[in-house]
Amino acid sequence: MNAPPATRAAAPEPPAGGPPVEGHREARRGPGRFLRWDAAVGALLVAAFLVGTGTTEGFSDTANLSAALNDTAEIALLALPMTLLVVAGQVDLSVASMLGLSSALAGALWDAGWTFETIVPVCLVVGLLGGLLNGWLVTRVGLPSLAVTIGTLTLYRGLASVVLGNKAVADFPETYARWASNTETVPGTFVPYPLALFAVLAVCAALALHCTGFGRALFAVGAQEDAAYFAGVRVKRLKLILFAVSGFVASFAGIVYTLRYGSARADNGLGLELTVVAAVLLGGIDFDGGKGTLGGAVAGVLLIGVLNNLLTLNDVSHEIQVIVTGALLIVSVLTPRAIAVLTARKHRRTAISEATDTALGKAP
Amino acid sequence: MSRTAPAGADRAPVLALREVNKSFGSVRALRGVHLDLYAGETHALAGENGAGKSTLIKILAGVHTPDGGTVLLDGSPAVFHGPAAARDAGIAVIYQEPTLFGDLSIAENIFMGRQPRRFMGRIDHTAVREATAALMDRLGVDLHPDRAARGLSIADQQIVEIAKALSFDARVLIMDEPTAALTGSETARLFAVVEALRAEGAAVLFISHRLGEIFELCTRVTTLRDGRLVASESLAGLTEDDLVRRMVGRELGELYPKQETRTGEVALTVHRLTREGVFRDISFEVHKGEIVALAGLVGAGRSEVAQAVFGVDRPDAGEVRVAGKALRPGSPTAAMGAGLALVPEDRRQRGLVMEASIERNIGLTGLGSLGRGGLVRRAAERARAGDWGLKLRLKYDRLSDSVSVLSGGNQQKVVLAKWLATRPTVLIVDEPTRGIDVGTKAEVHRLLTSLAAEGLAILMVSSDLPEVLGMADRVLVMHEGRLVSEIPRDRADEETVMAAATGRAHQPAAPAGQLQPQPPEVPHPPGRPPGPQQSPGSQQPPEPGRPPGSQQPPGPEGSPGPKGGAA
Repeated sequence: MNAPPATRAAAPEPPAGGPPVEGHREARRGPGRFLRWDAAVGALLVAAFLVGTGTTEGFSDTANLSAALNDTAEIALLALPMTLLVVAGQVDLSVASMLGLSSALAGALWDAGWTFETIVPVCLVVGLLGGLLNGWLVTRVGLPSLAVTIGTLTLYRGLASVVLGNKAVADFPETYARWASNTETVPGTFVPYPLALFAVLAVCAALALHCTGFGRALFAVGAQEDAAYFAGVRVKRLKLILFAVSGFVASFAGIVYTLRYGSARADNGLGLELTVVAAVLLGGIDFDGGKGTLGGAVAGVLLIGVLNNLLTLNDVSHEIQVIVTGALLIVSVLTPRAIAVLTARKHRRTAISEATDTALGKAP
Repeated sequence: MSRTAPAGADRAPVLALREVNKSFGSVRALRGVHLDLYAGETHALAGENGAGKSTLIKILAGVHTPDGGTVLLDGSPAVFHGPAAARDAGIAVIYQEPTLFGDLSIAENIFMGRQPRRFMGRIDHTAVREATAALMDRLGVDLHPDRAARGLSIADQQIVEIAKALSFDARVLIMDEPTAALTGSETARLFAVVEALRAEGAAVLFISHRLGEIFELCTRVTTLRDGRLVASESLAGLTEDDLVRRMVGRELGELYPKQETRTGEVALTVHRLTREGVFRDISFEVHKGEIVALAGLVGAGRSEVAQAVFGVDRPDAGEVRVAGKALRPGSPTAAMGAGLALVPEDRRQRGLVMEASIERNIGLTGLGSLGRGGLVRRAAERARAGDWGLKLRLKYDRLSDSVSVLSGGNQQKVVLAKWLATRPTVLIVDEPTRGIDVGTKAEVHRLLTSLAAEGLAILMVSSDLPEVLGMADRVLVMHEGRLVSEIPRDRADEETVMAAATGRAHQPAAPAGQLQPQPPEVPHPPGRPPGPQQSPGSQQPPEPGRPPGSQQPPGPEGSPGPKGGAA
């Protein structure tokens, strides 16, 4: 899926005669080898934190930090399966809709007098089924995940409206609501429970991605699906699992969201999927698949969280926040490629024209 | 192909290089290289991968500018600022992989960006079409100008590239391994076209890893080794061995180091395997310690059979047994578990994850075995790659380097390593030495032979006839999706194999003795050549369990008649 376009191939020639080097990311080889994007985002996060502490009153208060972390809880949760999906060359844009559906379902069932203890598993099962539907359409029917999940994005949001209509359901049990809010933190820290849970899940996801055969297979599928399949990787099963997990986590995030705001609505989390994708890409996960680290994705999520919090504290309007996030995303996608191109240009100015010429069939 | 006398040295060369140097970083790709290319000659450029051939071509094509030395065009120094300048100077390069626009027609491809215009800038399609037809006539090929480039064979696409070069009035034609993906007859047609151009006075620089082709087509050869000029000489007095020695700088030993091996029990049984529209009723066996070649023209269905056996494609009928046990169809994972391994033809797409590291690539086939408690042990992963890299004499800097920086031959070694590391009992190799240099090629051959000697069953798909004849204990020949012939090693020669591959041969595949109690004689098509001369003592052991039907020759035109007598 990602034969690199020739125009991107702009690399120093290998000790002649070898095959053309797949150029992009060649930056890792020159001076850029020490400049890993995920590390850069981590540094940016630290910088943002320090600047925030210095310039904005109340930013480094534990109460504010708790709130800031908690505000990113859903994005953070959704970003974990999204990272695995993007590494495998897939994407799930239906996550926010599934979050909304889960929230709406929880509200409707609560309204109907179900106990919260029964509602949660039902929502999770619905999320799992929704994820499996995505996975089934991608692996069995063979549709691209982008198209499939744009479809289910609409579908699940529609179902959410059917389930709950325009209503908003509130008054969820206090014990659970407190758990999801930032007033209750892990004893001795300012970390709210949803974030603590996220931390545990992030460690699990990082292990799965970087230390297991499953993770190795994900990278291979994302980089070159054919080669992975020819090496005996069960590509379809792998993707199905990813989408199922994504749906499951999205429905769980829906419950967290509902409890945190104390309100179940069909339009909860509207548009959140783009923030999640933005955070993941910002963290250096290549949208073409096959590259990235989970640590980078986590740094991306936290950076977006910290920036939004800082902007809010400085009375910057929500619209501007969205613009900042968008600009950051474009910069994050652009910078590594720009570095790659510049490094390569320094090495061999003509390699570029060669690649372009090959791509253009040597025609003017 | 007629050999013309070496081009007259009294004329100035059309294109020449003098003392050309070129470095990439610390790598000195070319050092003081000379080249003379005369009008009306076909000149070969020989050398192993990494010898500097590609760099030389790219300098001639204006892609690179030399660090030192001069390029002489008609005797006067020239500097090409980019490929367009070289093209305007009459230099055309035909690459191994044609770069046509698939959705455009042949005519549109040839005149891309410079179509004749009519009033108001509208493209004059009639003129484009007529000019294309004229070019095709000149090349003596029958390709309709309106055909879309997509769906053309590689050979036809190359013809289109040549036509494009002609339309630019190219005087120098540089062909970089044009025959790598061509069949025998396509190569012959290409050579005819090249020869015609040469006769018209063009200078041709030809690069091929197949030495036979160099001798067939060219009059002179320039050999490079490690970026230096070894020799520039007439091919007339040279042998292939001479040329190899110049390229490698050492004796290669025997090119095809075939060891006599004792074949053991059946390791792989393919029984009546069929995939609709691709291949039909394929049955054969591979024994332990045996190398069986699957020969035939490109498109005969050989790779497809290999892929169906390995489970990449699901067959419609028939079964595959490994050591007697039926294999679940359509699952490479199951095939791996049963001890099969497939080194695919397309190294860059299917054999390797190009951007991943050497160790990750080699580890990919062992994700289950490298772990403990579900986690991959880095040390085990690294050791696996290191061990196999050592065994296969892989040349690399660090195991964490991406395989894309390796040469073609070393990439192929990584593919072999990743599969040998699974300890397979049956190894299927599809074009194991395509596009790799002579030295590595011999290494791969030695490796395959010694693996067979250790008891591995090897099925080798190959279009390289000398390789097939040199390596195989038995040759299975496919034609248009059917297994048409089986030839034991001692009866296999170029003619028999090619005759079967092109559907012209009708000899019985099994040794004559085996057919003694001739069953109700299969009617032989008329004009059947006499059976091969077979000395009675030199028979291969009879193949047990082989359905007689699968050896039946096809009808005269290779038209597959109804199979008779299949078990």
